[in-house]
Amino acid sequence: MQANQFHSLAYAFGFYFFGLLALASAIAFVTRKNTVAAAMWLVNVMFALAALYVMLDAQFIAAMQVLVYTGAIMVVFLFVIMLLNLGHPSELADARGKWGYLLALLVGLAMLAEVMALNRSRTIEKMIPPDLAARAAEAAATPMAGGIIGPVAAPLFKEYLLAFELTSVLLLAAIVGAVVLGKRRTDAR
Amino acid sequence: MLVEALALSALLFTIGVVGVLTRRNAIIIFMCVELMLNAVNLSFVALSKLYGAAGQVFVVFTMAVAAAEAAVGLAIIIAIFRHQRTVNLQNINLLKG
Repeated sequence: MQANQFHSLAYAFGFYFFGLLALASAIAFVTRKNTVAAAMWLVNVMFALAALYVMLDAQFIAAMQVLVYTGAIMVVFLFVIMLLNLGHPSELADARGKWGYLLALLVGLAMLAEVMALNRSRTIEKMIPPDLAARAAEAAATPMAGGIIGPVAAPLFKEYLLAFELTSVLLLAAIVGAVVLGKRRTDAR
Repeated sequence: MLVEALALSALLFTIGVVGVLTRRNAIIIFMCVELMLNAVNLSFVALSKLYGAAGQVFVVFTMAVAAAEAAVGLAIIIAIFRHQRTVNLQNINLLKG
């Protein structure tokens, strides 16, 4: 019991730590004037989210987060920032005027109010099935088929096989589109 | 931890929206969109603890879409930069009339 209590306390501490880290990094990200600094803060957000995914028992998604988001997508972003040489001062003062801030403040307050209302009405608690703890204990007792990846891979290749195959078409279209858009025009005609 | 995760997801999404509304640098706006996608992924993962691993499958699809979006969007930004020599959206007002 003592060890269990300590474990849940450590879990809560880790969860809040990484959650606040993600939040602080996100705020730093939207307020940085330097594009490269903003990108690095966004990388920090993504690492913190990967840690949260591990704590939410989604280890495979956490690995994908680090590999795909921080490893591939953000590198492409940094590569384009470097390619376009966006470090010079004329590009740095980029915040919108008074009305933009006002609109953003209103949207932010509206969304925060929605979160508060959702939390107050206990909608989420009602969504939790009553036998959740029993189900979780049962799942923990029975060894998963295929380890950590099995529960994700089974629906991916059974129920969602069509969507999975269509994703490959989407990626092909994206590759072709990126090459066509990024190619320098050589207008001989 | 479910409520905290969903609240964090909503807050991250809000920060992304605020970033899109207040910034003018096209690349920063684009990164804010990525932040919003990440926030939604966090909700998916948090709720997948309740409703089975299908939520994590959707996160995989979201990542694929985000990768495709990043490739095409950055190509568009490069093409715009080639014409306008800037990524500041205030100077890109061709459709403003």
